[in-house]
Amino acid sequence: MKSPAKSRKASSEKKARAAELLPERELRRIVATVLRLARSIGAEETEIHVDEVADNLTRFANNAIHQNVAEQGLTVSIRTVVDGRTARATTNRIEEDSLRATIEASLSLAHSQPKDPRVLPMPAKHRYPRVNRFVKQTAALTAEERARAVRLACDLAIKKGQVAAGIFASGQSQSAIGNSRGLFAAYRETHAEFSITMQQDPAASWAKANSADVRAFEPQKLAARASEKAHLAVNARELPPGRYTVILEPAAVLDLVGFLFYDFAATALEDKRSCLNDRMGTPLFGKNITITDDAYHPLQQGAPFDGEGLPRQRVLLVDRGIPKNLVYSRAAAKAARKSPTGHGFALPNEYGEAPMNLVFTGGDSSLEKMIASTDRGLLVTRLWYIREVDPYEKVMTGMTRDGLFLVENGRVTTAVRNFRFNQSLIEMLQNVELLGPAVRATGEEAFEMVVPAMKVHNFHFSEVTKF
Amino acid sequence: MWTWLLLALDAAHLRGASYSDARLMHLRQRDLTTKNGQVGTLSQSDSIGIGIRALANGAWGFASTDRLTKEGVAACAAQAVSIAKASALAKRSEVVMAPEQSYIDSWQSPFRKDPFEIPLEKQLSLLLGADDAMRRVKGVTLTETDMQFRKIDSWFASSIGSRIHQRKVISGCGIAATSFQGEEIQKRSYPNSFGGQHTLQGYELIESLDLLRNAPIIAEEAAALHSASQCPEKTGTLILGGSQLGLQIHESIGHPIELDRVLGQEANFAGTSFLTLDQLNKLKYASSIVNVVADARLDHGPGLGTFAYDDEGVPAQCTDIIKDGQFRGYLSNRETAHLVGLNRSSGTMRTESWNRLPIIRMTNVSLLPGAWDFDNLIADTPDGILMETNRSWSIDDRRYQFQFSTEIGWEIKGGKKVRMLKNPSYSGITTEFWNSCDAICKLDHWNLWGTPNCGKGQPMQTMGTGHGASPARFRNVRIGTAFSNQ
Repeated sequence: MKSPAKSRKASSEKKARAAELLPERELRRIVATVLRLARSIGAEETEIHVDEVADNLTRFANNAIHQNVAEQGLTVSIRTVVDGRTARATTNRIEEDSLRATIEASLSLAHSQPKDPRVLPMPAKHRYPRVNRFVKQTAALTAEERARAVRLACDLAIKKGQVAAGIFASGQSQSAIGNSRGLFAAYRETHAEFSITMQQDPAASWAKANSADVRAFEPQKLAARASEKAHLAVNARELPPGRYTVILEPAAVLDLVGFLFYDFAATALEDKRSCLNDRMGTPLFGKNITITDDAYHPLQQGAPFDGEGLPRQRVLLVDRGIPKNLVYSRAAAKAARKSPTGHGFALPNEYGEAPMNLVFTGGDSSLEKMIASTDRGLLVTRLWYIREVDPYEKVMTGMTRDGLFLVENGRVTTAVRNFRFNQSLIEMLQNVELLGPAVRATGEEAFEMVVPAMKVHNFHFSEVTKF
Repeated sequence: MWTWLLLALDAAHLRGASYSDARLMHLRQRDLTTKNGQVGTLSQSDSIGIGIRALANGAWGFASTDRLTKEGVAACAAQAVSIAKASALAKRSEVVMAPEQSYIDSWQSPFRKDPFEIPLEKQLSLLLGADDAMRRVKGVTLTETDMQFRKIDSWFASSIGSRIHQRKVISGCGIAATSFQGEEIQKRSYPNSFGGQHTLQGYELIESLDLLRNAPIIAEEAAALHSASQCPEKTGTLILGGSQLGLQIHESIGHPIELDRVLGQEANFAGTSFLTLDQLNKLKYASSIVNVVADARLDHGPGLGTFAYDDEGVPAQCTDIIKDGQFRGYLSNRETAHLVGLNRSSGTMRTESWNRLPIIRMTNVSLLPGAWDFDNLIADTPDGILMETNRSWSIDDRRYQFQFSTEIGWEIKGGKKVRMLKNPSYSGITTEFWNSCDAICKLDHWNLWGTPNCGKGQPMQTMGTGHGASPARFRNVRIGTAFSNQ
């Protein structure tokens, strides 16, 4: 049998410049090698995570590329169990000596602690629903192709008298998990992202898209949208702080509701740090709010298994405003006498689990319809620097950014200076008047989710800034 | 290690690079946490790889790999040059770098006790002891503790001849008690929130913190906050404790002075800065008692921004940022220095790891001590609020308008701390706030706080920065806004 290191070296020699992930058989070989070594060293149980990335990111500002990077790396993370104790050690070297040293480090860490009654036997084999999120056109995208697309976006900015900044990223990654009870799962995906800020002094606006398939968005269209909104954003008017009706574009919705995800962890409730403590099963949000965690939704990404190798399940979290269900790791499920849902983080950890593939049920109101239905309100492109002020009322603070517009009598009339908000998410989700179709949204504060645009009344802006 | 680096530089040169540098880094990390008396995370990691930066056709490329073979390193260097040539397809001008000497040196951050040599049982025992002391307090519903240790070896080589090895040992530790009662979650942390204190030290940092004495104090405060009065909403006098002031410096001085932000290079993500180039040496940033430096030298202290050379091979320096209230300097690198009339980088290029491009970063951006004794400062304040330990932080993308809340507040009346306040917050405009500073405590109260989690760049990099601060007083500050009208 070839050592994993040799196989990898041969692979890199064959096609040195291309981003090329190891084939699944090599991941299986790494797992098998670790299991063999761990048995010989005395681990009672062993779990291995193998993660590999090959990412590229072209960054531009001032209408030119200023940073342009490529990254390749692989890690092997090993969890051992011995005498009711568990710990993890991770390396990025895959020759046998390094793997052995990492197993020994894991065992040494495990031995150092008191016995933990919560440590469970590792799970056995499972079947996983198939998902296909690897797009060869994304994997094959070159630095030259990204540079040409960036050049076109920058040319548009120059033509419009604007200044462009942003990124065009593409890459591929894979994860495998295996354990000494025969469990093995592997997943690979591609990812592409284009984000652009168009600056027209003193204003700016922004557009961004993210997908497994680079063909799912057109950088030039995003550039054109940001350019048009930047032009509209100049001559911003200052309005007084207060409560306004807001039309939140999907990115703004995402970056707010993204802060809710950990509240649905059973461990968070057990720890009494969730805003859902004492609120499960009772109406909390508006009846138009339904939230599911669904790793298999066509607009979602991510592996169909969790950090212990359990298949991710679809979980209805909120049904027409009522928090119905939580997600459970194996340990949390045992403590609560529930079934695990396939949302556990890699062990050991103190956070338990979380839903990572939130999907909000959308509606049929387009942004245009929301604007047309608004006598006076604000259209919000994007939010920024959002932080939690009150964990139980879920009050969040943050700023509007890159395009805030006044809507009067059903149309956008002027740009507005940016506001700070202090807003309870619970209250906000009680005040949703209209929902747009749910889309794969991407922002900067939360990981990507499937959310709609929302029209919300009584949104609280507390202060105004200088631009 | 040098073999791989020289191979990388040679390969980049052969492929057409006019300049290149490479960092081979070995990062070791250990994380320990407890929660409610049980061990939470117990893990360590080990990562080694090389990152190669190449200038070709007047533009930059960067590639990284963990394939430390002759073929892997050569391919990585070739890729860096190839990417640089692609960058040149969308360039507007040639990259110009400020001159710098070459250095051959080796440096290690000083530490007394290697944390990786301290028995894990001892480390866990301390954390579990602190955890236990907090759980004994009635009303506490969640207890958390953590320790983190890192040992980072970095070998840097550049095509101008530098060969620099640096080893840094970093330690961090914190504890927190949370209390959920009624419809309120209150929390107290020690010695700071969000992971505690982090410095460029060994295990001696942990031993200096006296966790077991402080654990019951913060636990009792967490429980007592429920019955404390709500922080009022008003405009008034604010005194900030050292760790909160450290974060205030980070957000409202440290980030705005990053020259890459000022020049628009972060416009799409981290944002820009109100400190446009015309403000240098003209803006009255703060009151005349305010002096701020960016100091990466060991003389400043064992901060997370302390090193001997930055990741561009430029020696650590001390730069005046605010001198007697006047804005005096930016954080620059070799590429941007000339844009502010400097003939040399201020030495602030830093990278998180071998797989990340060095970017302009804060070093230790510190408020220099003033003249006040803390007790005298309180006694000199007829009506004010003392706020301690950060709870939330937010600032706009040009760094004008900010809002912070802290875990605990204390009402000051007639020169005395009279009662505890819950949910304290304050907000303001950066320059108005700093110009309202009328008292800064002296060196006895000054501490070099570590911020281990500063995110910037794309792909995202997390960096540790240092912020020296002693408690200080500010006038006419807007207080209590975060919790108003809710």
